[in-house]
Amino acid sequence: MQDSRFDGTDRYVVTRDLTMAVNAAVTLGRPLLVKGEPGTGKTMLAIEVARALQKPLIEWHVKSTTRAQQGLYEYDAVARLRDSQLGDPKVHDIANYIVRGKLWEAFASDIRPVLLIDEIDKADIEFPNDLLLELDRMEFFVYETRKTVRATTRPIVIITSNNEKELPDAFLRRCFFHYIRFPDADNMRKIVDVHYPGIKQRLLDRALRLFFDLREMPGLKKKPSTSEFLDWIKLLLAEDIPPEALHSEDHKTSVPPLYGALLKNEQDVDLLEQLLFLDRQRDRS
Amino acid sequence: MLIDFFFKLREASIPASITEYLSLLEAMDRGIGDLGVDDFYYLARTSLVKDERHFDRFDQIFGSYFKGREILFDRISPEVPMEWLRKLAERHLSEEEKAQISALGGWEKLMETLRRRLQEQRDRHQGGSKWIGTAGTSPFGAYGYNPEGIRIGQDGSRHRRAVKVWDRRFYRNFDDHLDLDNRSFKVALRRLRKFARECGTIEELDLDGTIHHTARNAGLLDVRMVPERRNAVKVLLFLDTGGSMSDHIKICEELFSAACGEFRHLEYFYFHNCIYESLWRDNDRRHTERTPFAEILRTYTADYKIIFVGDATMSPYEIVYPGGSVEHWNEEAGAIWMQRLLTHYPKAIWLNPEPKRRWPTTPSIDIIRKLMDNRMYPLTPAGIDAGVRELLR
Repeated sequence: MQDSRFDGTDRYVVTRDLTMAVNAAVTLGRPLLVKGEPGTGKTMLAIEVARALQKPLIEWHVKSTTRAQQGLYEYDAVARLRDSQLGDPKVHDIANYIVRGKLWEAFASDIRPVLLIDEIDKADIEFPNDLLLELDRMEFFVYETRKTVRATTRPIVIITSNNEKELPDAFLRRCFFHYIRFPDADNMRKIVDVHYPGIKQRLLDRALRLFFDLREMPGLKKKPSTSEFLDWIKLLLAEDIPPEALHSEDHKTSVPPLYGALLKNEQDVDLLEQLLFLDRQRDRS
Repeated sequence: MLIDFFFKLREASIPASITEYLSLLEAMDRGIGDLGVDDFYYLARTSLVKDERHFDRFDQIFGSYFKGREILFDRISPEVPMEWLRKLAERHLSEEEKAQISALGGWEKLMETLRRRLQEQRDRHQGGSKWIGTAGTSPFGAYGYNPEGIRIGQDGSRHRRAVKVWDRRFYRNFDDHLDLDNRSFKVALRRLRKFARECGTIEELDLDGTIHHTARNAGLLDVRMVPERRNAVKVLLFLDTGGSMSDHIKICEELFSAACGEFRHLEYFYFHNCIYESLWRDNDRRHTERTPFAEILRTYTADYKIIFVGDATMSPYEIVYPGGSVEHWNEEAGAIWMQRLLTHYPKAIWLNPEPKRRWPTTPSIDIIRKLMDNRMYPLTPAGIDAGVRELLR
């Protein structure tokens, strides 16, 4: 089955290396593991791939308590116990109590779906190992009903990780890997363009310069990311801040407007204010 | 030829496997990308390298291996670089110069020479990020343009851009021999926590499991027990302070704060250069409040895991001779105290902030390393990782 190529969308700017990685994963039917700084659009990637290739999207958000089995299926024994007490005839067929997980859903889909396994590193360290065979062969065995569930078409699997845990080698070997690098000024401009077409160039220029200056600031606890930058631009547009307010010389002397969208940590705000204060002192002397 | 490349990667300890190599071949076979050097680079990276910390090393290997071999890719699509060169030159040459060029054998010949020249230049600037040197001598000087001004590395061409991508080495700061923030320490130390959870000894009632299994068991009570999940690992941290350690304060602070966040049972003591008969917990009051060595052995049981942090850089006398300490008169040599400690606590490692390559040339590091039975690791995420593995063995 030949799927059309993914080449970014009107809302999502991709670099050439990301395109290659996605297309390799789509064509070969192997999972794609995406890492990168928070807020560089890892989760968005899956959503946009599904949109561009016109596939249904199945999202599985992983938490610290998520177990691999939950992605396959769960046997709701408690419901069955309750039903048996009530004399429900359903109780004789165990299949009535098998609850499908996201992976099963993806395997059962008629159209080849995009399956997003979001933040796989949040789960227990053994979690990826428990999915090895399932993601490799795209099938699993249901013990309760003694049936094998096999994928009709290999879903496009996109896995994101924030690097909180090392993933096992055996798991990595089966994936394609991409690291979303933080965009440079040019790419950032493109990204803003697709989100806010027709934004005043002068405003964007200044905002970008301010933003990258801020990221360069030493000692920041949390560097502002793409998504935070986009939020900030949105706010600037909503408040109709004139480009002059972001004047690059000016920002040395005052905190940038609506900085709350960029800095999420009071220590960082303190730091910024201190640096600006020092700058002012230096300018005066 | 690709097999060679694959083994080069493995030599550089990038853990690429045969499966991954085969999937790269499969991807090429299925025609993903246009088979230019650019796409090949991305494809190779996405299928062979699974850790951004290895990107830098991959770029270096790729750069050195395919240096001078881009021509292999050019054969697949020979027109494009020609086009590009033409475009490039057109932009920089005046009408008059162009006329001169056609007199000299035409575009084709000139471009061929230019291409060869670029090749040579790149070879000479091995490892640098600006592969057209700033002081480049150009054979085209007669035509009045200077490679310095062309800035070939920044041209928009697809074929040369690839060279730039790995020559620029974007991923340098991710290499685990350099990256040093607190978070990566935490991730490295977390391995020790995982172990603790598995080894928790106290059992408690697993309520969910009991209900589940009772239900499965058609209502007959089936009690389940699970080990309590808690971090039972106990860590005793010995930190070298003062003197040559001043250079490493920041990194030690980061390690210390990461360790404080990760372990509930964490105790720490400071020492200077080597362990002697007493240590201290507060650097300001080090001369008044010291903990005798024997008290440490009494207080902390042998299941504590010991992590020394120090550069082990001192005069060898400070380790092997009585009275060698720079601060006080020690009756017994540091080595003897070290040995006592290591006999009492079998699980111990030494983390050294000095770069590993300097270890063999510093005699005191060598002595400490022998005392530690080689359990000395660099103070980097990779080193901590290896050290923690050793502690868990």
